[in-house]
Amino acid sequence: MEQPLTQHIKKDGSVLSLKEYEAVGGYQGLKKALKMTPKEVMQMVKDSNLRGRGGAGFPTGMKWSFVPMDDHAPHPKYIVANGDEMEPGTFKDRVLVEGNPHQLIEGMIISAYAIQADISYIFLRWAYHEAAKRVEVAIHEAYQAGYLGERIAGSDFHLEMHLHTSVGRYMCGEETALLNALEGKRANPRSKPPFPQVSGLFGKPTIVNNVETFNNIPHIIDKGTEWYQALSKSPDGGGTKLYGVSGHVKKPAIWELPLGVSLRELIEEHAGGMMDGYKFRAALPGGASTDFLTEEHLDVAMDFTNVMKAGSRMGTGTVIVLDDKTCPVGMVLNLEKFFAQESCGWCTPCREGLPWTAKILDAIENGRGMMNQLDILSFETVYMAPGNTFCALAPGAMEPLQSALKYFREDFERHIKEHKCPWD
Amino acid sequence: MSVVFSEKKLNRVKELVSHYPDGKQKSALIPVLHLAQEENDGWLSVEWMDYVAGLLQMTPIEVYEVATFYSMLNTKPIGRYVFEVCQTGPCMIKGSDDIIAYIGEKLGIKPGETTKDGMFTLKKVECLGACGYAPMMQLGKNYREHLTKEKVDAIIEECRKEARQIKEN
Ligand SMILES: Cc1cc2nc3c(=O)[nH]c(=O)nc-3n(C[C@H](O)[C@H](O)[C@H](O)COP(=O)(O)O)c2cc1C
Ligand code: SF4
Ligand code: FES
Repeated sequence: MEQPLTQHIKKDGSVLSLKEYEAVGGYQGLKKALKMTPKEVMQMVKDSNLRGRGGAGFPTGMKWSFVPMDDHAPHPKYIVANGDEMEPGTFKDRVLVEGNPHQLIEGMIISAYAIQADISYIFLRWAYHEAAKRVEVAIHEAYQAGYLGERIAGSDFHLEMHLHTSVGRYMCGEETALLNALEGKRANPRSKPPFPQVSGLFGKPTIVNNVETFNNIPHIIDKGTEWYQALSKSPDGGGTKLYGVSGHVKKPAIWELPLGVSLRELIEEHAGGMMDGYKFRAALPGGASTDFLTEEHLDVAMDFTNVMKAGSRMGTGTVIVLDDKTCPVGMVLNLEKFFAQESCGWCTPCREGLPWTAKILDAIENGRGMMNQLDILSFETVYMAPGNTFCALAPGAMEPLQSALKYFREDFERHIKEHKCPWD
Repeated sequence: MSVVFSEKKLNRVKELVSHYPDGKQKSALIPVLHLAQEENDGWLSVEWMDYVAGLLQMTPIEVYEVATFYSMLNTKPIGRYVFEVCQTGPCMIKGSDDIIAYIGEKLGIKPGETTKDGMFTLKKVECLGACGYAPMMQLGKNYREHLTKEKVDAIIEECRKEARQIKEN
């Protein structure tokens, strides 16, 4: 099984230096890309069928194709790596940034070449101190080696790259809010259109991709689109995916696997199954803002289409397992409190609706609930459905709730009837 | 009391500002606020925010607006050792509530509070991207993972020992 993104990451946790990265084929993809036209590079990424790894699964090549490329296109254009990683349950990008920062840098340089960008930023959440330290060293090494700056690797192409350390706010990960944060403002989202590809950072054409997405690019260019497509088990997209499992499983971790492995394989094989004394109850397949899946969905292939068909989303591909010893109402309450706190307050349904939701859940969890509140909760999921709020935070927050109401209805009712949490 | 960065920090500010296009020095605000926070025992006083506003040619209100929006920026004094314990879903499943309660009990403080001697602050924070190694917390620039009560005891002891050593030297 091939693991192009992680195979060179060292087991001892130390970073891959520039020399070590070059010795295993690093920056070969960049050298090849620079011999192609930007259009050819973009076409290869389209043909590879790479879909964004930040949660929405948008085809990467298509995203890039909206950037104006004619001679009169506005400059500077920007490339930004989204390393905010605050979707609860998600702990994959840190592995890539800490283990092999040059792979991210190379991916960003190639992407910058494809859209003819001038300036690039790695937007990293502040808590990732070790990753930040390693990125700073790696950027410096890349400048020294002529992979960044003027006339990159002997070509006419130039690119600046900087690290931008942000602060803790879930909203910073939403791509237009990220651009506001990068401009030194509050992380409120922007209305679209105009899309960032046309008017992004400082009003100039900008591409924001997830850290893992960029890590795929060097391999696509170096080894070709057919090889890349064949890495995946799914017709849904090319490549491998970083999957992870957390919760009461024997071996929680992150693994790079073919896109489209089953949820069962992740939990039972890679994570070693449930810890002794715990039974599987349900799972959030791709972070906190995805719908619960249950036992009946264990054989679902973890790709974009199949998880959607099962009523959820693949999201970030990092699974949170809920066991029989954890109260599902308490779990949903925990998540809704998170979302309520992280709401940026820009639009009313989310600003008012999420704290209200959390308050009701708190009442039910603590034995003060009433049956009609279940209807109010159902109403909330419609009130904050996609299209009713300014950004995807609130609809995302409704996904664990609406699925919990569906699968754990009895548990909600027991809380209300018994006037206490049965798990207490 | 007026506050200023050292020569070295000022150079760092200049470098940070140079990462953004001309006239966009405001982008450096958050990185510079981090520097100020480091300089001022981990929190941002009004003096420091006003000083940073001046450095980046911004109005003080623009700086306050940003500083109060982001959770990693502290606008009140905090302890020397800040236990930032993750309380989100995956960590909760693995018992973060018990860890938070245990730390609070040992130190005699509630989440959000600082011990009277100014040594420890207990903070509940959201997912730190280490969910597979739950329960966990951030202490300074490091992650402490797979927390147990015994580990918490050892960490508190380690902090006290370090503080004693610093005092003796
Ligand atoms: C509230 C919210 C938080 C998000 N957080 C992240 C994040 O931390 N990292 C990320 O890559 N994408 C995040 N996204 C998705 C981004 O908006 C964007 O779709 C993504 O960065 C695009 O990259 P991709 O096309 O490579 O997936 C978030 C979206 C929302 C609505
Ligand atoms: S949905 Fe929530 S987070 Fe998104 S813009 Fe509205 S208030 Fe802000
Ligand atoms: S939930 Fe605690 S680190 Fe992610």
